[in-house]
Amino acid sequence: MTEAVEFNVNGVRRQVDDGTTPLLLALRGDLELRGTRHGCATGNCGACTVLVDGQAMTSCITPTEAVSGRNIETIEALGDDTIGRTLLRSFMTEQAGQCGYCVAGILVEAKALLANNGAPSRAEIAAVLDGHLCRCGSHHRILNAIERAAGELSEGQTS
Amino acid sequence: MSTTAASPSLTDNPLCSAWLDFSADGRVTLKTAKVEIGQGILTALVQIAADELDISPDRFDVISGHTRLGPVEAGTSSSLSIEVTGKAVRHAASASRKLLLDEAATLLQAETSTLSIVDGTVYVSGRDSSLTVWTLARTVNLNQPAMEFSSPKNPSARRLIGTSMARIDLQAKAASSAFIQDRVEDGMRHGRVVQPPSGLRRLTAFDADALAAQFPDVTIVRDGSIIGVIAATEALAIRAIEAASQLVTWSEPESPPQDILGALGELDAPPEIVTDTGDVSAASGTKFSLTVTKPYTAHASIAPSCAIATWTGENKLQVISHTQSPHGLADGLGVVFGLDGPRDVTVIHKPGAGTFGHSGQDDAALDAALLAKAVPGVPVRVLWSRADDFQASPMGPAMVVHTEGTLDDNGRISALTIESRSQPHARRPGRGGFAEMTNAALLDPPLPVPVPVDVPPLRGGGADRNATPLYAIENVHVQKRILADWPVRTSALRGLGAYANIYALEALMDDMADAAGQCPVAFRVAHLNDKRAAHVIEQAAEMAGWPGPAVDGEALGIGFSQYKNKSAYSAIVVHVRLDDEVRLLNAYAAVDCGEAINPDGIRNQIEGSIIQAASWTLKEAVNIDGDRIATNGWDNYPILKFSEVPSIKVELVDRPELPPLGVGETAIGPTGAAIGNAVKRVLGLRLAHLPLTRDAIQAAINA
Repeated sequence: MTEAVEFNVNGVRRQVDDGTTPLLLALRGDLELRGTRHGCATGNCGACTVLVDGQAMTSCITPTEAVSGRNIETIEALGDDTIGRTLLRSFMTEQAGQCGYCVAGILVEAKALLANNGAPSRAEIAAVLDGHLCRCGSHHRILNAIERAAGELSEGQTS
Repeated sequence: MSTTAASPSLTDNPLCSAWLDFSADGRVTLKTAKVEIGQGILTALVQIAADELDISPDRFDVISGHTRLGPVEAGTSSSLSIEVTGKAVRHAASASRKLLLDEAATLLQAETSTLSIVDGTVYVSGRDSSLTVWTLARTVNLNQPAMEFSSPKNPSARRLIGTSMARIDLQAKAASSAFIQDRVEDGMRHGRVVQPPSGLRRLTAFDADALAAQFPDVTIVRDGSIIGVIAATEALAIRAIEAASQLVTWSEPESPPQDILGALGELDAPPEIVTDTGDVSAASGTKFSLTVTKPYTAHASIAPSCAIATWTGENKLQVISHTQSPHGLADGLGVVFGLDGPRDVTVIHKPGAGTFGHSGQDDAALDAALLAKAVPGVPVRVLWSRADDFQASPMGPAMVVHTEGTLDDNGRISALTIESRSQPHARRPGRGGFAEMTNAALLDPPLPVPVPVDVPPLRGGGADRNATPLYAIENVHVQKRILADWPVRTSALRGLGAYANIYALEALMDDMADAAGQCPVAFRVAHLNDKRAAHVIEQAAEMAGWPGPAVDGEALGIGFSQYKNKSAYSAIVVHVRLDDEVRLLNAYAAVDCGEAINPDGIRNQIEGSIIQAASWTLKEAVNIDGDRIATNGWDNYPILKFSEVPSIKVELVDRPELPPLGVGETAIGPTGAAIGNAVKRVLGLRLAHLPLTRDAIQAAINA
């Protein structure tokens, strides 16, 4: 066991006792934030995506000690800003999901994408989402939803 | 919805009260054993009940897949939830409405015909009577057979049916902790099991002392060849099980199996005749033949299988599971633990990530129950690893489908034969009084493993599903041969044999159309007496602008089927581009599922099954190494990515006067077939060995 690690999660200072614990397990276990999805635990499916200082990362292969002192944003904070709220609304408008398991990681990824690029092309969105797997085949709707959100944000139809 | 044909679920649970409960004021509880796997079934069932009762869908709560609190129904399979449970719910709602309004009529001294319901409140001749279904339900006996009182609304009187009501569960799943994987029970601990490499191997050595020394805070469980750990945290359970897997030794199998496709090719099991019409041997004309092969395929659910088990009181077991067969799982666990399944085992369904038949959900439940037995009263959660989920879940069977056709001088098919070979397509828990879970056979003492049997034709068939063509052909012979004795476990995966059978059948249709110099669309229509079938084929062709682009390296291809020859009709046209691999540009679907309960939900299912079938067709194959499954992660089981999915257009043929038909599987077979047919039109070669990877295309070109 290594030393304790401190970092910010959704704006709150948090501590995890064992810095070798993967960030995913620390979030879901120690910190009881279970909206971040446990998928493959090998960094391949994107379900566990969180933002670290605004950058999308797969939390399952990120040791907690690697994010010491940094700012983590999880799906629980999606509604804290306009981009996140617009995305969630767009996903519901498009009914972009079936089982819904992959959606949380995709929403977090899309939030980072739209924060950096207000008008991504469909191909750009798809390329960013290639790190995310969806088994039910909701890809088409998910792409539509992100395009819709980008459009609404650029037109100022935000909440 | 037809009011005459029986719903097996309603026959087994005839009373209104089995399906609906009005005891909470202002709320209605709808009960079903069918479960949500992402297909939107709970939303559609609420829509049906709400429409029939004239109560807002917002007032509904759903109990789904709870073996103690809901009706006893078959599992969620075969696209039957709308056809069977939808019908039961409609009748139960209609009968409840009648019983409640009859009581209102008595109380109000009014004719029942003058009464209506507005969001649960009874109106007399359009005026609020102040009676509600909830006050009435306190005295009305709803323990009465629904069929005696049911008289469902005319289609024209329905308000919610045919509207795209949003999913009742999706927002919670998108952005909060709604899955079984997220559940925490009081005092819950975390378990994992070292999954045996195959059912042929036994544990020969395990250094428990070394594991205990390294993990003093972990409870170690052993039963026969099953080794497991229970820990306070998930992180600790994972570390302990990874260490344990290095401290076990497995026996070598005496005779590991050979290549499955070779074994199926040489299979001499007696054929089971499925269809035998006319005399195929007497037909004369030009002969065509094709042998299609399909590898093992995986559910490849995004979340690994999970379960939480607790042993309570006097030998009672409670299991929270994302099983698709809650009652079957209770039966199977009863067999394993010597309990009366329905009485002593309670299974409570909570949703997981999408599964498409029988994946590892039930096996994870057994693992959790085995571990929890070591710590009575303590809930033990088991979450498999990604590798466990690929290697310990049952798979979709590999198949060999051989088909022959005869084309007469007038360009009509005079004879068609199909033989489908595979392992069985359903080995669900509890079947026939057996546990039917791999690890049950590795306990001490081991539980018996039954000889697996395929799904019978009356239940839609397994290997033979959709092997019988819907086309009007005078002489048809369809048979299947089942490889029962084979150590790699297979079970139900979306569409069962329909996927490979339709690929083969529709490929032969195109080959014969080409040889006859006919358009594949017209050729199909000319061989159909079923107008609904012909309609979707023509509609999909029109949507796609058939015959499509005169662009080098691009083509359209078509595939069609009526799922199980009795459910929804689907015609799919795909537009592909071939460079060094197959690229899907567009997909067009025309679907006739009778009365469309929720059009957007149906479109979502069709879009999803097009993408999933495209992924199977272009990419997916489980690798087998002797008796072991070598596939262990997304690196070696790639599925279709966001940048690879086609643009999709779906059109529904709404027929509100006809019974609603399930749509979860209808597009699977036609999509694979359409891709195969499009590739042939570009390449001039028939690709018969799935999946159609870059290597497979190169091999076909070089052959």
